[in-house]
Amino acid sequence: MADDRRAPTNKGRGGAAPALSFLETLRWAWRQLTSMRTALFLLLLLALAAVPGSIVPQRSVDQRAVQAYFERHPDLAPVLDRLGAFHVYTSVWFSAIYILLMVSLIGCILPRVAVYSRALRARPPKAPRNFSRLPASATYETEADVETVLAAAGATLGLARKDTVTVTDDGAVVEGEVRAEKGYLREFGNLVFHVSLVVVLVGVASMSLLGYRGSAIVAEGKGFSNTLTQFDEFTSGGLFDTDDLPPFSLTLDNLEATFELDGPQRGAPRSFSATGTVIDAPGEEPRPFEVKVNHPLRVDGASAYLVGSGYAPVIRVRDGKGRVVFEDAVPFLPADATYTSNGVVKVADARPEQLGFQGFFLPTAVSFGEDEIPVSAHPAAANPLLGLFAYYGDLGLDGGESQSVYVLDKDGLTQFLGDDGKPLRLMLSPGQSADLPDGMGSIEFVELRQFARFQFSAQPGVMIPLWGVSIGVLGLVLSLTIRPRRTWVRARRRDDGVTVVEIAALDRVPRSDVAQSVDDLAARLAERTGHTGNDYDTASEAEPPKKDEG
Amino acid sequence: MTLEDWANFSNNAVAAATAVLALAWLASVAQWAFGSKAVRVERAVAAAEPALVGGGSASSNAPAVDGPSSADREAAEERSDLFGRIAFSLTVLGFLVLLAAVVARGLAAERVPWGNMYEFATTGICVVLGGYLVMDVLMKVRWLAPIVLGFAVVVLGLSMTVYVPAGPLVPALDSYWLVIHVISAMVAGAGFLVGAGASVLYLLRTRADARGGAKGYLSRLPSAASMDQLAYRVTAFSFPVWTFAALISGPIWAEHAWGRPWGWDPKEVWAFITWVAYAGYLHARATAGWKGKAAAILSLIAFATFLFNFVGVNLFFPGLHSYAK
Ligand code: HEM
Repeated sequence: MADDRRAPTNKGRGGAAPALSFLETLRWAWRQLTSMRTALFLLLLLALAAVPGSIVPQRSVDQRAVQAYFERHPDLAPVLDRLGAFHVYTSVWFSAIYILLMVSLIGCILPRVAVYSRALRARPPKAPRNFSRLPASATYETEADVETVLAAAGATLGLARKDTVTVTDDGAVVEGEVRAEKGYLREFGNLVFHVSLVVVLVGVASMSLLGYRGSAIVAEGKGFSNTLTQFDEFTSGGLFDTDDLPPFSLTLDNLEATFELDGPQRGAPRSFSATGTVIDAPGEEPRPFEVKVNHPLRVDGASAYLVGSGYAPVIRVRDGKGRVVFEDAVPFLPADATYTSNGVVKVADARPEQLGFQGFFLPTAVSFGEDEIPVSAHPAAANPLLGLFAYYGDLGLDGGESQSVYVLDKDGLTQFLGDDGKPLRLMLSPGQSADLPDGMGSIEFVELRQFARFQFSAQPGVMIPLWGVSIGVLGLVLSLTIRPRRTWVRARRRDDGVTVVEIAALDRVPRSDVAQSVDDLAARLAERTGHTGNDYDTASEAEPPKKDEG
Repeated sequence: MTLEDWANFSNNAVAAATAVLALAWLASVAQWAFGSKAVRVERAVAAAEPALVGGGSASSNAPAVDGPSSADREAAEERSDLFGRIAFSLTVLGFLVLLAAVVARGLAAERVPWGNMYEFATTGICVVLGGYLVMDVLMKVRWLAPIVLGFAVVVLGLSMTVYVPAGPLVPALDSYWLVIHVISAMVAGAGFLVGAGASVLYLLRTRADARGGAKGYLSRLPSAASMDQLAYRVTAFSFPVWTFAALISGPIWAEHAWGRPWGWDPKEVWAFITWVAYAGYLHARATAGWKGKAAAILSLIAFATFLFNFVGVNLFFPGLHSYAK
């Protein structure tokens, strides 16, 4: 529609390119931007721009994959990074296309709404003089008078918008026509669809600007309260204020993970479920919850999802003086499908030296020989084993720089060695403990717990795009199925007292069945009004519709 | 029957259906071949008897002539029809066997039979065949048989390479949204396939027409305009369904499962690309300068992105939609 219009500045200037005034240039640019061609181009561009994000790992999707990419492509990655390739969907260029598309859409919808509202008020147009020029027409003769024919035509045409116009001679109606138009809902549906696209774009923008997303690991028996410091990872939209985090807190009582025990899919995860209690806001009653995959926990203003699980052995460490300086459930992060997991323990309070441990946890350890390193055979905890290397010295926690709890900074640490001079390897099952050399302390694997990895997020306005697309689809169906048609029935009294009835139709969207329906209409009308028996003639029969055209 | 019996039955039935459909495909190709022979003979006969030009039906009482005769033409015509009927019967049979296989797979796994790539392929082809048969009743699309059957046989054959034994779902897929989301994606995909098939034949036919008239089997296809029309109609049906699958039920499920309705996961990116490409096609059809050939090519590109999403993204790109394994 919009692209049919020519910029008026070019009109009557013979195609020469005179200098445009600033205002004219602006207007020209606006016309260009809001044409359907531009909008489609922008849309295709948006799709193309989305492709790199499916090839290069994205920070918002998988931070670790991005790091791995940097390691694999040390030269290429920084260049890509500057281009925003690791956060395509929030990059400047992606946003630019997005915003231009939105403006373009709005700019092309507004004039169409105006055109449509005028069309709604308009009456069906006059019949053309010569019906046989139209794609389909028919005619028959009847004894009935003009008024009867027109009334019958009005009834037969059904729900269309209709006007009946007559010509009289000496008070008698000698000629008249019924003008009918139907299918206004097509353009309505079309507008609804295009408007809903804008709604979706707005809703998606609102979600990402006003929302936040973070994840945290919570071990059984421990709690989480929704404050910034408790997240392992946290991202939020540009307009999100971290003071606005909803003030809920929860405690995890139990994490249940089941895995296939045998058969070809042995080891495949079957179900995860986390139960505990949640307090929606300080001062409110705790209520029990259960979170499963596909069944998030909804609290006021946020949702919690179970996105992972793993093991958190409870570890107790005594220092050289025999004091318990550490006792906690330490999450070990699973690295593969059998839940071979890695983790570290940092004991900052140990004296005389700080202690650090790094190692792995195997839920079902199997060993293929005395000196072989055991491996995990199944993700369920049938034979849990903790394997650790131990260090002493300075954990490097005082530097002020924040440190990941999953990485041991070995710069200031010395590894304990065994009697054989090789690094000391501790292997512990639940309940077992081991002494460190030189009376530096001991470590005990008290019991095994599990942890849940939750994702917490709020997406204000998440329903907007959903409603937008849903209503948009309905509009789309209207616009694809409804086919506007104009129909005219003209009746003229001949001097011999016979009324000649002519019928014709014109489709706004060409369809192949128009001839057939004009013939049908003529037949039904002829039945109502009676006909002279002269076989009625359909112009469309002169050129029989090919059956396969439909 | 035990679960294992159902699983074995399903595997055998998939193999049987593949074989039946391969035969159906051969028969449909034979139908084309004899049909095109009939056209050639008809032309030769017409050339030999100028008086009968244009009188296709008059050839029954034509005098015998040397060289190709109208009897030859009728023989070829009859064979073509026979193979057409064989192809169709075998298609119905293959569809029923495949349907049984899919149902048995569901019984063996005690869930809907579309939880991994193997099942998506087998159930998807079942939907394609069902859709094709329904469309044949509604709008006579038997001329698409070689394309639809060829596609079905290739996909069923390839599905063996991603076979996994029947079993329960990984937790992320264990949701009723799986049922809704995947079935709508498959229905849309079946329509897109038919649309793509019609577009290919449309392009071949218009090219042949432009080079002085379609010869051989192409001339027996419906007119270029009506194939274009069919491609448009099925695509216009499929597009809203795809919108529902990719942009409504998908995001709702993703919100339940992963905590975000849309995360630009590779699968989501490509679903979006497919959607945009088909929206472009619908516009192209409505825009004067783009009608016809350009629009048809756009619809083929769109279908290619759809296929790529199913095959390429599953196999090459890591993502949350990791049911490829
Ligand atoms: C400036 C922007 C746009 C204009 C002026 C415009 C105009 C139109 C028009 C006139 C039709 C009706 C075609 C017909 O009657 O057959 C249409 C249909 C459609 N538009 Fe747009 N459009 C624009 C942008 C978009 C965008 C960005 C999309 C995104 C997907 C889109 C999706 C569709 C779809 C799917 C249809 C099919 C419905 C139909 O064929 O009636 N449009 N558009």
